Amino acid sequence: MCLAVPGKIVEILDDDDSGGAPAVGPVAAVDFQGTRVDVSLAMAPEAGVGQWVLVHAGFAIALLDADEARQTWEYLEASGAGQMPEQLKAGGDGGE
Amino acid sequence: MAAVAEAADGARDMALMEICGTHTVSLFRSGVKSLMPPNVRLISGPGCPVCVTSCGYLDAACELAARKDVIVATYGDMVRVPGRAGSLESARGQGAAVEVIYSARDAVKLARENPSRNVVFLAVGFETTTPATAAAVLEAEAVALENFFILPGHKVLLPALEALLSAGDVPIDGFLCPGHVSVILGAAAYEPIVKKYRRPCVVVGFEPANMLEGIGLLVRQVAAGVAKVENAYGVAVSEGGNAAARRMIEQVFAPAATEWRAMGSIPASGLALRGPYSRFDARAKFGVEFGPDYEPPGCRCGEVIQGKLEPTKCALFAVKCSPTAPVGPCMVSSEGTCAAWYKYNLPRQGR
Ligand code: SF4
Repeated sequence: MCLAVPGKIVEILDDDDSGGAPAVGPVAAVDFQGTRVDVSLAMAPEAGVGQWVLVHAGFAIALLDADEARQTWEYLEASGAGQMPEQLKAGGDGGE
Repeated sequence: MAAVAEAADGARDMALMEICGTHTVSLFRSGVKSLMPPNVRLISGPGCPVCVTSCGYLDAACELAARKDVIVATYGDMVRVPGRAGSLESARGQGAAVEVIYSARDAVKLARENPSRNVVFLAVGFETTTPATAAAVLEAEAVALENFFILPGHKVLLPALEALLSAGDVPIDGFLCPGHVSVILGAAAYEPIVKKYRRPCVVVGFEPANMLEGIGLLVRQVAAGVAKVENAYGVAVSEGGNAAARRMIEQVFAPAATEWRAMGSIPASGLALRGPYSRFDARAKFGVEFGPDYEPPGCRCGEVIQGKLEPTKCALFAVKCSPTAPVGPCMVSSEGTCAAWYKYNLPRQGR
């Protein structure tokens, strides 16, 4: 449940676009290998478009450099956690 | 691997505890666990949030789910854990509204979309997950939502480690500290444990190479008789952690004693809503309480999560308890220690 996954910020959203939940910080569209998910930047307000962030339960919790992010993705995919984007969408079985 | 073997060569027997369900799974899946030198034993600690949740909490969640005016919103792993009167999944089968969500923000959204119902979010998890709940409460407060509540069940990692160490009945020579909890806490957060109990703490990520590196550092410390904090996951974990996330937690929650499965109540190991946010507590709103803790008959998850018992020593393991028919949370959760042993160790033993 504590697993966070890296994604790349593609767009900073207006309040209206952010899916109906009022936001305590900026909200961004983040790409997870082709799956786009809205993510709050309340805990990483310095993050901008094009940057990689580590995302847990809809919140960016840290910035990552691109190399590290790519490595983590490769590991997640190789280890069968390639279902990660599904999990992000469906809210699947989050181990911590 | 060579680094671990070299560091362990000639060193005393040692037990190293990982305190993160994702580490447990990664150690098994990658084969790292089976590669350990004979004098290095890896044991799993209370790092799976679902597994450490007391049955009293689960029963309260089921009681809420049974109400017609309530929608329970929860992370996925919680739904299959059995309580006294079944799981949330079985409650759903009987018509209860139980929604699996990915983010605490989705629970706020659900409340906005269902103004005539009350949404109760099951707030469980360690420091990685807690800030999201805090943010959800702040979001609900910002728009004066009156139908959003949480059932407070968050856990604070360090007091649990202290409780394990001061109980002293499990030999622990060092900790592999959880990567993503440490993103929030920062590596420096482990200094007090190192100072007070003289146990080395090494922060590690999840890739096998990184885990091996961390284990190597830990073994070297134990072999040399030193205890300090080292950070093998510097790409994501800083010394000070994520201060913005911690501020959010501190704004909404205050430390409080909380019940851990089989470990009893541990001071300051949980989080209660602070005064200005207490109206979001589902217990007060619906008059439910956390009942006493207990374990399903025969289940020994309580010992498993404290590193006291290996899953295969439970009489039900693989006999009456398996991932498809789990008896306890350690088998239900994909990150539970019993589930990891079942999935990765059984085939190897040829059973
Ligand atoms: S094997 Fe099953 S019954 Fe035994 S401790 Fe693990 S979860 Fe509980």
